[in-house]
Amino acid sequence: MIVLDGVSKRYNGHTVLDEVSIAFGAEGVTALIGPNGAGKSTLFGVVGRLIRPEAGRVAVDGSDVATARSSDLAKTLAVLRQDNHIAARLTVHDLVEFGRFPHSKGRLTVTDRDHVDRAIEYLALDDFRNRFLDELSGGQRQRAFIAMVLAQDTKYILLDEPLNNLDLRHMTEIMKLLRRMADELGKRVIVVLHDINFAATYSDRIVAMRDGRVVADAGAAEIMRPEVLEAVYDTKVDVRQIDGRPVALYYS
Amino acid sequence: MLTDTVTGRTPAPARLGALWARPGLRLALLAVVALTLVAVYFFTDVPGSLAFAVKIRSLTVLAMLLVATAVGVSTVVFHTITQNRILTPSIMGFDAFYVLVSTVIVFFLGSASFLGADPLTLWLVQVVVMVAFSVFLFTWLFGGKRRSIHLMLLVGIVLGTFFRSFTEWMQRMLDPLDFQVLSDAMFASLTRPDETLLLLTGAVVLLACAAVPPLLRILDVLTLGEPAAVGLGVNHRRTLLMLFTIVSVMIAASTALVGPILFFGLIVANLAYSYAGTFRHVWTLPTAVLIGVICLLGGQIVLEQVFNLGGSLSMVIEFAGGLFFLYLVLRKGAR
Repeated sequence: MIVLDGVSKRYNGHTVLDEVSIAFGAEGVTALIGPNGAGKSTLFGVVGRLIRPEAGRVAVDGSDVATARSSDLAKTLAVLRQDNHIAARLTVHDLVEFGRFPHSKGRLTVTDRDHVDRAIEYLALDDFRNRFLDELSGGQRQRAFIAMVLAQDTKYILLDEPLNNLDLRHMTEIMKLLRRMADELGKRVIVVLHDINFAATYSDRIVAMRDGRVVADAGAAEIMRPEVLEAVYDTKVDVRQIDGRPVALYYS
Repeated sequence: MLTDTVTGRTPAPARLGALWARPGLRLALLAVVALTLVAVYFFTDVPGSLAFAVKIRSLTVLAMLLVATAVGVSTVVFHTITQNRILTPSIMGFDAFYVLVSTVIVFFLGSASFLGADPLTLWLVQVVVMVAFSVFLFTWLFGGKRRSIHLMLLVGIVLGTFFRSFTEWMQRMLDPLDFQVLSDAMFASLTRPDETLLLLTGAVVLLACAAVPPLLRILDVLTLGEPAAVGLGVNHRRTLLMLFTIVSVMIAASTALVGPILFFGLIVANLAYSYAGTFRHVWTLPTAVLIGVICLLGGQIVLEQVFNLGGSLSMVIEFAGGLFFLYLVLRKGAR
C-alpha cells in the first residue's frame, strides 16, 4: 500500500496539501478526482518523490519515499506525468525500452526485451513500434507512454490525467485498458480523472480531493450523489440512474 | 524491410539504406573524413622540413581536437540537461566571465602583466575562477530548495549581461594600448597554442571525458525530462551536479586555451543530432566531437589553401554559427 501520513505542502504560503493522511493502492483501479488546484498532481508528485513535502511522510510498501533508494522505488512504483515533452526524437520502441531502466540500468537483457515486447503487444502498438513519437496521434502517443510504464513492471502504476486531450473513443480505450491491466495483470492503478463518469464506470474506489484535503473516499455508488459532487466541485451536478449506473450531468 | 519477391534478396538500395541506418557506420565514416583532413593538413604545402611542419601542425590539430571535444561534449550534455537544443553553455555567461576576468587582470595589472605573465598561471587562474563560478551558480540555484534549471539559466543570462556591461565599462577606461592587447587576446585563436597549456588542457579535458562513459545511459534517460528520469530511479540532483561540473570544467579549460567560441557548439551539436539519427549519447557525443574536428580542420584548410588567410577561423565559425542559430530559431518559430 501507499500510505500518506499527515503530508503537507505549501507554495508561497498557499497550502496545496493540508495534512493528508490516506492509504491507497489496493488491488484494482482507484480514481482520484477533484477540481483544478485540489492538490491531486502535488499528491502524485509527493508519492513519486518529485516534490518534497514540508511535513508528513510517505511510505510505499513500508519503505519511506524520502529515504529509500530511488532506483528501488522505481521497481515498485511507476508514475506517468501529465505532460511528457521530449526534445529528442524517439521511436515507440526506444520509449518503451526506457521503462526497463530501473531493472537493467540501460543494458537490456533477454528478460528486459521480453517485457518490452509484451508491453508493446499489450497496448497494440506493434505496427507503430518504429515510428517516431511525433508521428503518432494523441491516442497512440498516450498508449506508447503507458506501454513504457507497463514495461517498468511495477506493482503500482500512477497516471496523472491520462485522458487529457483525447477524443471519446480514445478516452474509453485507455480506461478499458487500465481496467484490464488491473484485472488481468494485477496492477494497482491509481489514476487522476476529470470526467467523473469515467471514474464511476471504471474504478473500484474514488478519492475526492478539494483544497488540499481528501473530502470523500468511497465506492462509486456513494460518491456519485449530487450533494457529494457539488461539495467537491462547487458546482451544480445532477445524477441520474441510466441502465442501473449513476451518470453525472454537469452540463447546464 | 523491402524484399525482392523474385530473387528473395534484399535489393541493393535497401541494403545500403539498412547499413546507413547503423550509427556505428556513420560514425566510422566521419572518423575517416576527419583522419583524411588531418593527413591533408599535415602533408600539403610543406615549405621545408616535413618533420618540423608535422610537429608544428600537430599542435594545432591537437588544439582543435581538444576544443572540438570540450565544446561538442559539453554542448550535447548541456542540451540534454536543459531539454533544449538551441542553447549552449555560453548562455550561462561563461564567455562573458572569461572576458571579464581577463579585463580585470589587464585593468589592474596592465597589459604588460597580461602579456608578460606566465601563461600557465593565467590559464590556471581563469580555469579555477570559471569552474568555481559555475559550480557556485549551480549549487546556489539548483542545490537548494527551489531546484529550477530555468531559474539557473535565467540568472546565468542576467549575470552574463552584467559581466558584459561591466567589462565594457572597464574597457572604456583602459589605456588604448592595453585595450588593443586585450581585444586581440579575446578572439579565439586555434593556431600556435602554447605547448604546456595544450598538454594541461588535454589532461583536464581527458579527465572530464573519462567521467562521461558511466553516465551515458543515464544521459539517455535524462532525454525524457526530469520527472520521467526521477520516476525511472535516476538520482537527478546528484547526476546533474556531476554533469554540470563536467561541462564547466571542459568549457573553462578550452576557453582558457583558445578564447571564447560562442556558436560553435550549437552548430556541431545540432549537426550531430541529425547526422547520428539517434538520441543515444553513445553515438551523439562522439559524432559531435568528430563533426567539430572536421569543421575546424576543414575550415582551417580552406582558409589557408583557398583564401590564403590564417588565424581568422574563429570569426568565420562565429559568423556561420550565428546564421545557423537564426535558422534554428526561425525554424522553431515556423512550426
